[in-house]
Amino acid sequence: MTFTTNEIWLALPEIYLTTALCVVLLFDLFFATKNPGRTATLTLLVLVVGAVLASRQVIADRQVILGGMYVADRLSSLLKTGAFLFTAMALFYSRDYLARRGIQKGEYYVLSLTALLGVLVLASAANMVTLYVGVELLSLSLYALVAFDRDSGVAAEAAMKYFVLGAIASGTLLYGMSILYGMTGTLDLGALTARLGDSPGLGFTLAIAFIVSAIAFKFGAVPFHMWVPDVYQGAPTASAMMVATVPKLASFAMAFRFLAEGLMAQTPQWSQMLAILATVSVIAGNLIAIAQTSLLRMLAYSAIANVGFILFGFVAGSGAGFSSALYYTIAYVLMTLAAFAIVLISSRDGCEATELDHFKGLHQRDPLLAGAMAAVMFSTAGVPPFVGFWAKLQIIQALLASGHLTLALIAVVASVVGAFYYLRVVWLMYFEAPAEQPPLGKAPGMRLVLAINALAVLALGIMPEQLLALCRQVIPGG
Amino acid sequence: MLVNILFYAFALVLLASAIGVIGSKNPVHSALCLVLTFFTAAAIWLLAQAEFLAIVLVLVYVGAVMVLFLFVVMMLDIDIEKIRSGFTRHFWLGIAVAIVLFLEIVGVVVARGLGANVDMKSGMAPVGAADSNATELGTALYTKYVYPFELAAVLLLVAIIAAIVLTMRQRKGLKVQDIGAQVATRREDRLRILQMPAEKKE
Repeated sequence: MTFTTNEIWLALPEIYLTTALCVVLLFDLFFATKNPGRTATLTLLVLVVGAVLASRQVIADRQVILGGMYVADRLSSLLKTGAFLFTAMALFYSRDYLARRGIQKGEYYVLSLTALLGVLVLASAANMVTLYVGVELLSLSLYALVAFDRDSGVAAEAAMKYFVLGAIASGTLLYGMSILYGMTGTLDLGALTARLGDSPGLGFTLAIAFIVSAIAFKFGAVPFHMWVPDVYQGAPTASAMMVATVPKLASFAMAFRFLAEGLMAQTPQWSQMLAILATVSVIAGNLIAIAQTSLLRMLAYSAIANVGFILFGFVAGSGAGFSSALYYTIAYVLMTLAAFAIVLISSRDGCEATELDHFKGLHQRDPLLAGAMAAVMFSTAGVPPFVGFWAKLQIIQALLASGHLTLALIAVVASVVGAFYYLRVVWLMYFEAPAEQPPLGKAPGMRLVLAINALAVLALGIMPEQLLALCRQVIPGG
Repeated sequence: MLVNILFYAFALVLLASAIGVIGSKNPVHSALCLVLTFFTAAAIWLLAQAEFLAIVLVLVYVGAVMVLFLFVVMMLDIDIEKIRSGFTRHFWLGIAVAIVLFLEIVGVVVARGLGANVDMKSGMAPVGAADSNATELGTALYTKYVYPFELAAVLLLVAIIAAIVLTMRQRKGLKVQDIGAQVATRREDRLRILQMPAEKKE
């Protein structure tokens, strides 16, 4: 086994990020003990440079390198660019919040970077070992981020739940992988389909059930969704934002690399299971979200419902289905970032704006925040001309094209139900009188980025072609 | 022939010490029996030419885990009677679990693949007598598996950072000595000279 330097440079984003996170760790130790804000600035710089590196990588066609462990293709390049960019946004939004809550330490940024490394590894996983290490890298960092506020009991509880359930999911994943290895004698995702043959039998069904459960857990799909609301509500809001946004890209990558690429010929087996999970997620998520009084819990159930939509893209099973799932994932992460940013800006010392009541009359108190929130809510509800509309439309079209009429109908009906609670937030902001609440923080930098973020949600909706075309290009057969 | 004799000898010791682990009244004896079990298991693995596994078993389990375990057993005041009280009550449950485990082992030994017609040995090459496990593993780890291997190192780094950040913390109001500040202090910081009129004796 020999390596050439040409090969190694395809893994530049991972190499760069690993080096950079060590630098950040040391920088924090020696130059930022008194002022953790410096670490934050350096981390943001690292992420922006990383985004540029990942986006400028020229990858002509799919290449598997490092002894079959690492795949570099246009999808991995796109996912990595997005992951760098979205992590930068999330950390930028969290900066003031962390300082206010007294948990702005250098380790927060280092752990965010290791979580990002996990996302990158998953985006390029070509082997079950790599895939599993990526999952663990991401999950372990996230557990620590959720528990980051040591003085908060609810955060510790949320982290504990997340950790225990996550450990079970990791075990499930390993179990499924071990059965697959037992059947095929290979860990290489590219070689699975050929070795499994036409009628893999009962053992395969068992393995695929375990693997689909693990993927559903990482996504947060019903019935593996129990951790989602607790983590959203209990964790520091900044950590919840880290859990809610960038890892969705990783979950997509995991599902795509394992199911769509690794087990392509076995699509009927896993797509049936995913169809059930997706249907239940869409229905349960949207229905339970209506009953929530906390905005964060509402966002959590909304996340479950949205994950159902992403899984519908996988159920559709064709290149068009996968590319619509990718488009949906990117759009969803963008919208969720803005939603969490608004919660973060609205929170003050000792008062976190996590309840729906806190947003009553927001328009009178702060028109910019209200406008951004309205854009995000309309978009997530799937109202044109926002990006969420196109995302939902793509999924439903893909479902119809692959002959899943019932599922498409369920998706449409669930979206209509879901529109109720999204629009209720808009109603509260614009048509209710504000309660006695002090003015919101200034944070001009954050507001600028938030405005750009919200405008992107609108602009991508008005001009959806480019991102759509990009998602189709990076997925073979899309 | 010699190998067979050695195998049966080690296997006997292994079984006896394993029974000793669960049969002994004193938890320290149990732990020591477990050490013996690991040693004999390592010897059997040596016979099966799995020398790397044997060494790792001794180093990791006997050297690290069991020593730690012995420490815990000796330091904690374990009420043996309380632990043993459930033995007869859960006896049948234990038997049932044992039977299930036994059947599973039989199943694994008897089963040939999980429905797929795959030859498990297809991807494995026989090794010569001169090859050592450690060399083979090292070669595999640093060539084919170098990428996940390095990532596993990052995983350990994450574990270290997370463990430290979650456990090391300064509680507010903790009265810790700051020696640097103490040494660097000046007279003006600590001592204030007040000009007061002398009080008259009444």
